[in-house]
Amino acid sequence: MKNTAIIAEPGVPFVEVTREFDAPRELIFRAFTEPELLVQWLGPRRMIMTIDRYDVRDGGSWRYTHRDGDGNEYGFHGVFHGRPSPDWMVQTFEFEGAPGHVSLDSLVLEDLGGRTLARTRSVFQSVEDRDAMVSSGMEQGMNEGYERLDELIARLAVTA
Amino acid sequence: MPTDQLSAVFGALADPTRRAILARLIGGDLTVAEVAMPFPVSQPAISRHLKVLEGAGLISRRRRATARLSHLEAEPLRDATSWLARYQEFWDESYERLDTLLMTMQDDHRDGSPPGDREGRNEP
Repeated sequence: MKNTAIIAEPGVPFVEVTREFDAPRELIFRAFTEPELLVQWLGPRRMIMTIDRYDVRDGGSWRYTHRDGDGNEYGFHGVFHGRPSPDWMVQTFEFEGAPGHVSLDSLVLEDLGGRTLARTRSVFQSVEDRDAMVSSGMEQGMNEGYERLDELIARLAVTA
Repeated sequence: MPTDQLSAVFGALADPTRRAILARLIGGDLTVAEVAMPFPVSQPAISRHLKVLEGAGLISRRRRATARLSHLEAEPLRDATSWLARYQEFWDESYERLDTLLMTMQDDHRDGSPPGDREGRNEP
């Protein structure tokens, strides 16, 4: 069981997501940078991803949309900064539903000898921006007996 | 749900006693004394917890005769958890799909490589 760890500490506008993969980092870098591969995995299964452009180079821009079964479409776009490499890939990220609220995202792929640790870090313009995306209480909630809450929700769902 | 209400909900849920109080209220409305029964804390302490939960919209309180009953409001809790779960879910599911894709990519890679090229590398 592989865990996607999300860290969103209270009071700072950062979110970090880490995840280990059972593959060499070159492959993961390809999966992050080749549109025909990216489209196969980024986002929930129930969403259909369409990439309008994905120009992986310094100053290159990208845009994609996720569409759900009800026809709702969510657009995202941004620009790559610096020459993307497995060591360091930096891009801006903007949800078109909240124009002007841009985060600066970086991806680092750490070689663990055949396995790879993918570490993404998002820097938001403010804590409020960050909290609009992920709750400040999220980490706390998850670390402090989140199972308990899961249980509670499961029971709520049954009694609803 | 507005962000400030979400903060209130998450703040309220961050405390294990308050989560346990919510769990108790699933069974039905309770007085403060009834809520307090299983907890090793004073009734005023429970009252403070109830006030926080009420402020977050997680419970409502009404009077019946002389008793003050606490009632679980499930809606904000559902909103909060679905909202909170979204980010985690997004990455969990994306990365599971990436696992599958990477497996296919490695198979393709192996097919085109000399036998034993990769297999030997991960042996201890």
